[in-house]
Amino acid sequence: MRTALVLLFLLALAAIPGSVLPQRSVNPGNVATYFARHPTLAPLLDRLGGFDVYASVWFAAIYLLLFTSLVGCVVPRLVDHLRALRAVPPDAPRRLSRLPQHAYSEPRPGEPAVAATAAATVLRRRHYRTVVREQADGAWTVAAEKGRLKETGNLLFHLALLVVLVGVGFGHWYGWHGNRLLVAGADRGFCNTVTQYDESSLGPWVDTGGLPDFCLRLTDFTASYEPNGIPKRFLATVAVTENGGPARRRTFTVNDPLRLRQAAVHLLGHGYAPILRYTDRYGQQQTKVVPFLPTDTMLTSEGVAQFPDVNIDPKTNDRDRKLQVGFEGVYLPTVRADGSPASAFPAQRDPALFLTAYRGDLGVDVGIPGSVYALDRAQIASGELKQVSGERPHKLRPGESWTLDDGTKLEFLGTEQFVTLSIRHDPTQPLVLAGAVLGLIGLLLSLGFHRRRVWFRAVSLDGRTVMEAGGLPRTDYAGFGDEFSDLVRAADDAAGAAAGKEGTP
Amino acid sequence: MAELSNQLMALTVVTYLAAMIGYAAEYAFGDRPRVSQSAKQLVGAVPATSAWSAGRRGESREDQPAPVPVGPPVADVARPDRSGWAGRIAVALNALGLLLHLGALATRGIAAHRMPWGNMYEFILSVTFVGSVAWLVVLSRRPTVRHLGLFVTLALVVLLGAAGLIAYTPVGPLVPALHSYWFVIHVSTIILASGILLLGAVPATMFLIKTGYDQGKRRFPYPLGRHVPAAATLERLTFRLHAFAFPLFTFGALIAGPLWAEASWGRYWGWDPKEVWALISWIVYACYLHARATPSVKRTTATWIALLGFATMLMNLFGVNLFFSGLHSYANAGGM
Repeated sequence: MRTALVLLFLLALAAIPGSVLPQRSVNPGNVATYFARHPTLAPLLDRLGGFDVYASVWFAAIYLLLFTSLVGCVVPRLVDHLRALRAVPPDAPRRLSRLPQHAYSEPRPGEPAVAATAAATVLRRRHYRTVVREQADGAWTVAAEKGRLKETGNLLFHLALLVVLVGVGFGHWYGWHGNRLLVAGADRGFCNTVTQYDESSLGPWVDTGGLPDFCLRLTDFTASYEPNGIPKRFLATVAVTENGGPARRRTFTVNDPLRLRQAAVHLLGHGYAPILRYTDRYGQQQTKVVPFLPTDTMLTSEGVAQFPDVNIDPKTNDRDRKLQVGFEGVYLPTVRADGSPASAFPAQRDPALFLTAYRGDLGVDVGIPGSVYALDRAQIASGELKQVSGERPHKLRPGESWTLDDGTKLEFLGTEQFVTLSIRHDPTQPLVLAGAVLGLIGLLLSLGFHRRRVWFRAVSLDGRTVMEAGGLPRTDYAGFGDEFSDLVRAADDAAGAAAGKEGTP
Repeated sequence: MAELSNQLMALTVVTYLAAMIGYAAEYAFGDRPRVSQSAKQLVGAVPATSAWSAGRRGESREDQPAPVPVGPPVADVARPDRSGWAGRIAVALNALGLLLHLGALATRGIAAHRMPWGNMYEFILSVTFVGSVAWLVVLSRRPTVRHLGLFVTLALVVLLGAAGLIAYTPVGPLVPALHSYWFVIHVSTIILASGILLLGAVPATMFLIKTGYDQGKRRFPYPLGRHVPAAATLERLTFRLHAFAFPLFTFGALIAGPLWAEASWGRYWGWDPKEVWALISWIVYACYLHARATPSVKRTTATWIALLGFATMLMNLFGVNLFFSGLHSYANAGGM
């Protein structure tokens, strides 16, 4: 038990750094920020596993040692307990007066056997396991025991912890999850393959090709807000196709995920995707729906629209990289009266886009994956990508168009809604839940029951019977004194009644 | 309604303060009058009409007052009532404070059209309410521990003061993330468990002080242990409260919480700072129960672990809400 205590303490202690330092598994962005702020300390902490505390070797070492000690402790106790379950209560000790609880009765007429049987009946009625024995000296003893559920509960609790550990482990190996930003619209569906996720994480034993087959299309998203902008209700409507079957309409929201056969789709966030149409110098048009990511609760959103394949001379088909175009800026669903660049309300009451135009090499052809939500800063710094609009961002309302210095044109056609989804599957979740519930039941049993033994001895004294009783709480049990005195009183009444019945045939 | 709630809250704190003064008066002038009276009752527990003569050997039962009072025996009968009255008035004020407390919570809930458990301010209000209720329940079942009232009301006043000063939040609706029946299940069990653990920390502290006092220590804070109930009584009360609250906390934090997290965030456990600290508290309280069940560990050591557990609860309430950002960011504390 002492080893377990020390290991438990170590586990609590080891969990602390994970709440102080940012964790990769929780928020990789915060880890990057931490690296930027503490350039010398961060790599050192990283080597110690400071940013992956709960996956680190030392954390695993502590809980594996703890569970090893648990098994080492529980198995012998389980064997003992199984043996104790079958054993009969041991006979009364020679001197009951040595026990913590002890009482005598007045001598009364009647046989010792009758008094002992009466006491045994009382004990049995109170769910004691009871054995009546006749002794060589003519005395009768009653041995009774109760409260073995305490140890049962104790063992159940510890075994349940093992079930939870196994469940969590297998969930880690066989579970998978991915995140995906999904824009509303018929031609912007998503199917459950690894390549279609923005980011995904598969357990080591998950077959990449074996993910469940389903496709989702966001058909509608509605949000309602309080007057002060706090969201009240979200509702996402999707068309779901499973295993190539017909599309079915399903709705889900925060706290109420879309449960598919082998995956659950959780609504994490939402935002707006402006629809932008660019007409280049040859009159060619391209339309893009670009999700702008919210930066605050009023849905002030930032984003970028990049048009790398424009201004291609249709005669020569020459692609001039210097003529690529990009737009960066913010989208405000409700413009503020004071003109500050932040949204006043999350719904689109008075929407506007504020964009800055760039022309030149966007840097998207070199093959280095870059953000799709910001322009390449290095290209701007090196002068490869030049700002071609004025100092202040250009304001565009839905339906408005903007003609750039070279005569090309950008039109803001409107917006689509988008949602961010987390799609997950953890096959052992029911096992973990079962373990947790069993553990709680075990805990309640082990804290709520008390193991105790009670003995009675009835001896014949000058033709009358004297009863002696003793009680032994096997665990710390405050109420035992009261229970014992109550018990002996009831036994005495029963013995008296039995003797009376026998005396008057 | 919101304004009424704030006024009731202020009244609650004032009433608890008055109760505290009453308890303090009893504490200062009294010499455990109730203890001796009930000791007589308990010793006579086996009625004389019974044919049984009760005899006890071995250790005297711990929750009965030890028949050896510290210091010279005092003739309680000679001056029974001055401090007794102060104590009774204190209990009455305490109960009145509880009613006001309930009123403050109810009006807040009515003003917000929901259970008043939506932010840190309301959470502390609810936890202290549970603590206060649990205290009066304990008191009604064991009048001998009334001297603890001073320290219970002190804890209530300090926490409510902290709630008003650093965590006050105007009445507001819940964000959609909290629109779930799990909100009621998860938060209510955590509040219940926290309130009882809060109360449990009081006899735990006093047990340690009393033990020190009994060993002859007279430096502050040990003199505080002079009038409190017997060390064994305090220790047993500490255990009973913790043993009651621990399964509740287990259910609220480690079963209902993960169930809701799975529905809301897609995973049942995500090492969010609040989750981490709830686990830490759970482990430390598990350590306490283990230590207490281990005969080779001293009861004072075990009780220190229980207090450490309470410190981690406070850390989770104040530290995590105010200093760490996470998914459980419901503090809304002004200016932090």
